[in-house]
Amino acid sequence: MSVSIRVTHRQGDFLLDAAFEAPAGITVLFGRSGSGKTTLVNAVAGLLRPQAGRIAVGDRVLFDSAAGVFLPTHRRRLGYVFQEGRLFPHLSVRQNLLYGRWFAPKGARREELGRVAEMLGICALLERRPGDLSGGEKQRVAIGRALLASPGLILADEPLAALDEARKAEILPYFERLRAEVPILYVSHSAAEVARLATTVVVLEKGRVVRQGPAAEVLADPAVTPVGARAAGAILEAVVVRHHADGLSELQAGGHPLFLPRVGQAPGSRLRVRIAAHDVILSRGRPEGLSALNILPGMVHEVRGGEGPGAIVSVDTGAGRLLARVTRRSAEALGLGPGVACHAVIKSVAVAPEDVGGR
Amino acid sequence: MDWLGPAEWQAIILSLKVAFWATLVSLPFGIAVAHLLARRDFAGKALVNGLVHLPLILPPVVTGYLLLVTFGVRGPVGGLLQPLGIVFAFRWTGAALAAAVMGFPLMVRAIRLSFEAVDPKLEEAASTLGASRFWVFLTVTLPLILPGVLAGAVLAFAKALGEFGATITFVSNIPGQTQTLASAIYTFLQVPGGEGAALRLVAVSVVLAMGALLASELLARRVQKRVGGA
Repeated sequence: MSVSIRVTHRQGDFLLDAAFEAPAGITVLFGRSGSGKTTLVNAVAGLLRPQAGRIAVGDRVLFDSAAGVFLPTHRRRLGYVFQEGRLFPHLSVRQNLLYGRWFAPKGARREELGRVAEMLGICALLERRPGDLSGGEKQRVAIGRALLASPGLILADEPLAALDEARKAEILPYFERLRAEVPILYVSHSAAEVARLATTVVVLEKGRVVRQGPAAEVLADPAVTPVGARAAGAILEAVVVRHHADGLSELQAGGHPLFLPRVGQAPGSRLRVRIAAHDVILSRGRPEGLSALNILPGMVHEVRGGEGPGAIVSVDTGAGRLLARVTRRSAEALGLGPGVACHAVIKSVAVAPEDVGGR
Repeated sequence: MDWLGPAEWQAIILSLKVAFWATLVSLPFGIAVAHLLARRDFAGKALVNGLVHLPLILPPVVTGYLLLVTFGVRGPVGGLLQPLGIVFAFRWTGAALAAAVMGFPLMVRAIRLSFEAVDPKLEEAASTLGASRFWVFLTVTLPLILPGVLAGAVLAFAKALGEFGATITFVSNIPGQTQTLASAIYTFLQVPGGEGAALRLVAVSVVLAMGALLASELLARRVQKRVGGA
């Protein structure tokens, strides 16, 4: 089921004028704060009535300004996971989880409380009150509550932004599991989250869609750095080969071995690994006597200079397209340009655990 | 309790009846007006706010007189209601109306505060889960403001028990009909040898008022815990 969205809305000086299609899986609205991501999601939820446009989930039209259709929020059958959880403080966790079910149409596909609670690891919390939960627990309950409303679409507005790194790592796998169950529209300004979760990326800048497409493709484009070049990074698809005794895991990406700090997934699992652009070093010749374990031969695809002294170079390697952040001075010194052969060097320990996720 | 005479009992029971009905009937209006003032912006909001608080500031005799002029048998509203069998003048129902009007500002203030303590984002969350506005109010807003509603009701009840000026002006001081606690104390003080009875009723008034205040305090603390526990 795909979601089609076209919204035009002016708020003071800010003009939101965005249109895109979200296929199945997780579509991440990616952009810095103030780019209109939340406004867009609130329009889908019906919490905001756009001045013009059309929003449809599959063949259900939620909003169509031309036809005068505006379905009120409670009839849209969505699940909304808010940044702050927004659990009902006067209800137990179980009652929170079941809240949406009271209102779901009788014929709707019924999610089972037990299955959802188990998937989210909240079985032990059911009788507790939201006030007694940790931030990560609250957010898992919020995800469960949205899911149990049997929604046709889940909206998530920076659901991890209020959590610390450890709690983020705790929640991310649950979204990965949800990816297969229901379409998700996910707002984020974190490149790591996009790389980890996105099936499709929609890049928003100043209220406009500047780029959309499959995650690996969009993130490997050096022109797309909506939250700054520092956060640039490409995704490699890899398979776990074996775990070594020295704490490293050996993966394979496009036939090339890739050594990373021990990953949680079993041998044979398919993973997506985000390689941050600032962790990639480029070399014209094959480097010798280097401590880095991962050296991938490739060819420069594009060099894109930014405003500062830096440039982002995209390199096609056998493992996939990588981004490297180098200074413009080195790019010139090495004579990097489209078609030039080079080696991309990735330091193994540079890959953080939260940048490795299932797919 | 035979230390209270039949006339004293009559006044106490009448006061409780008047205060009970005054509170119960004004409660839905109190919730509605508090909601209006807490959540809506409309032209004339300051006027509505002023009208609600007027009985708190006006001399009670003035409020009583205005009630008499409006709801008396010849008044514009009283004259309309009389053919329907609804009479306020010189009846206990009139005492209840006076008590309700005098307690209304206190009730609205308490409920309004608890409305303002409810995060509208919770109500938004409920609507995304499929609850219509009616159900959002019933399942989210109302439970969260309930302690505040109870506190407001207790305050209004206590105020109604002690109401004197507006009541005696509007419905006079008829034993068994409109003679409430306060009017009874006043009457006993006017007759020689009535001090004993007056003092006993004073003691009862103090106990009832203190009990109501304590109850209201306790409920206020609960609303804090409940709404702040998110």
